[in-house]
Amino acid sequence: MADTPNTPDEAEMRARWGGFAFTAVNAKQAKKVIARYPEGRQRSAVMPLLDLAQRQVGEETQTQGWLPVPVIEYVAEMLDMPFMRAYEVATFYTMYNLAPVGRYHVQVCGTTPCMLRGSDDVMAACKNKGMVKGKTTPDGMFTLTEVECMGNCATAPMFQINDDNYEDLTYDSASAILEALAKGEQPKPGSQIAGRQSSEPEGGPTVLKAMVDANHDYRKEY
Amino acid sequence: MSFDFLSDKDRIFTNVYGFQDWGLKAAKKRGDWDKTKDLIARGNDAIIEEMKASGLRGRGGAGFPTGLKWSFMPKEAPKDKNGNPRPSFLVINADESEPGSCKDREILRHDPHKLIEGALVAGFAMRARAAYIYIRGEYIREAETMFAAVEEAYAAGLLGKNAAKSGYDFDVFVHRGAGAYICGEETAMIESLEGKKGQPRLKPPFPAGAGLYGCPTTVNNVESIAVVPTILRRGAAWFSSFGRENNKGTKLFQISGHVEKPCVVEEAMSIPFRDLIEKHCGGITGGWDNLLAVIPGGSSVPLVPASQIMDAPMDFDGLKELGSGLGTAAVIVMDKSTDIIQAISRISYFYKHESCGQCTPCREGTGWMWRVMEKMRQGTADIEDIDTLYEVTKQVEGHTICALGDAAAWPIQGLIRHFRPEMEARIREQSGEPQATAMMEAAE
Repeated sequence: MADTPNTPDEAEMRARWGGFAFTAVNAKQAKKVIARYPEGRQRSAVMPLLDLAQRQVGEETQTQGWLPVPVIEYVAEMLDMPFMRAYEVATFYTMYNLAPVGRYHVQVCGTTPCMLRGSDDVMAACKNKGMVKGKTTPDGMFTLTEVECMGNCATAPMFQINDDNYEDLTYDSASAILEALAKGEQPKPGSQIAGRQSSEPEGGPTVLKAMVDANHDYRKEY
Repeated sequence: MSFDFLSDKDRIFTNVYGFQDWGLKAAKKRGDWDKTKDLIARGNDAIIEEMKASGLRGRGGAGFPTGLKWSFMPKEAPKDKNGNPRPSFLVINADESEPGSCKDREILRHDPHKLIEGALVAGFAMRARAAYIYIRGEYIREAETMFAAVEEAYAAGLLGKNAAKSGYDFDVFVHRGAGAYICGEETAMIESLEGKKGQPRLKPPFPAGAGLYGCPTTVNNVESIAVVPTILRRGAAWFSSFGRENNKGTKLFQISGHVEKPCVVEEAMSIPFRDLIEKHCGGITGGWDNLLAVIPGGSSVPLVPASQIMDAPMDFDGLKELGSGLGTAAVIVMDKSTDIIQAISRISYFYKHESCGQCTPCREGTGWMWRVMEKMRQGTADIEDIDTLYEVTKQVEGHTICALGDAAAWPIQGLIRHFRPEMEARIREQSGEPQATAMMEAAE
């Protein structure tokens, strides 16, 4: 279970976010999301709508975004559900930020498969850039979190920064990615090993070699 | 190497590495959505029978026969209190969060149309009205691909009314999670889909009777569903020609940890561990003599020491015989540089973090077990604490609503079973006691 976050001052939060409403684009998207669930079951949309709201807060604050209480209230009202039921969801799932985060949320996977491949080095790279676990850097650029298995075990170690995964990291490649982001560049996501497409063995696949250069149809060989 | 390796023409996931486009046009060229209408025309029961005959066992960890699971769905729609028929649902579990598992991700982002076509055929067979694909929240780009692929399928008339001209109406919806391992448990997933905290439900009622929105529901893993169209096209006999009895078919293995080249690869079931590693992973880091232990099926199955795993067949029964399990076929390899107590302690931390807090043995036990495991790692525990720890794992195991309690207990039990001398040695070392074994004299 997640630790209790240090949420900002209630009055300040209300003053800043009390008038929150979806932008026209997001309101349209919210309608589309609600339509995925049967009539009368619109509450099912609470997770996608909280995510959408967090993203909008992120755009407005130039960060990954978070969920101030008035924003959760807005979503609950839209779905005609008690605030507490929405708050329950927002506090249960780890991807909803209950306190402000930086522009880049650096989430280092530290679970055993990543640990075995050197996630300590990735964590060290983050710390040597001045990051502290659970905190945002003073310039507001980076928030560092250690997270549990992200499902990139065959390309470990990795971190996820906002929406992108950076895999097959070393101390140096992790440092380089953080430096690039700090400079406002967009580093290439995925494996950081040159030539590695995804989860094939490094140096090229041992199987399905015909697929590398062409969209091969194996049915002729049945 | 004696094993009959799977040949490329018998691999189901031909675009598993994503060298080619995931889109509909490319997927069709690889054989997806090929006369789907004819598959459906075989009828519900014929499809279920074929799936039973194929021997496919669920690929999400438990290994329950897939065809049999489908047959639990009602043939006649149950009525609600107003006499209206209730719809049935298929929920596809793409909440891949078991440490070591990274196969569903490759299907979602590189072969999404296999999953969507499978959803239609499986959904039809079990008489479902719609499928929800529940993707873990952290798979952000993967979910984007799935949303786009579903949209493509609708635009091409493959989903919706008269899906793929089969005469059957079927919808597929994508739902993103938001970071909770427990939602991989089927009833927690249903709760989460209903917009609640993901806390598992007491069973019975089982989902096939009362699942999503109280309607009959089957929850299947991504891989179990995505292999369905190929099995039906090529026949149950083809699929069951791979693997040992009761362990049939092909399987995506995910090898992580201390191998030269970690990877995801589709192989025949029952492939010996040594062949899997030699052929696809370039061997164990530092050679076979350097292998310490393997967690063969994702973090929740007990580890197996090197000597026992080396020539073991990688399948449900073979690994069960070794006191472990195939799980999701997430193979975590550890060489002799590993602090095995730390490796398991980190898994204990994972379960402490992911406990949903509903059942006391799990909520309190996972934290307690992790704290004691940390003492074991540091060597600051007492020797007797090992027995107490084992005892507590037995108190947690089997006393919770879902299997998370068991999953937290088993890795520790496996550690104590196989590495007790190492745990004791560390405690003695820390306390300054003389080591149990006499020190060897230098042979100079």
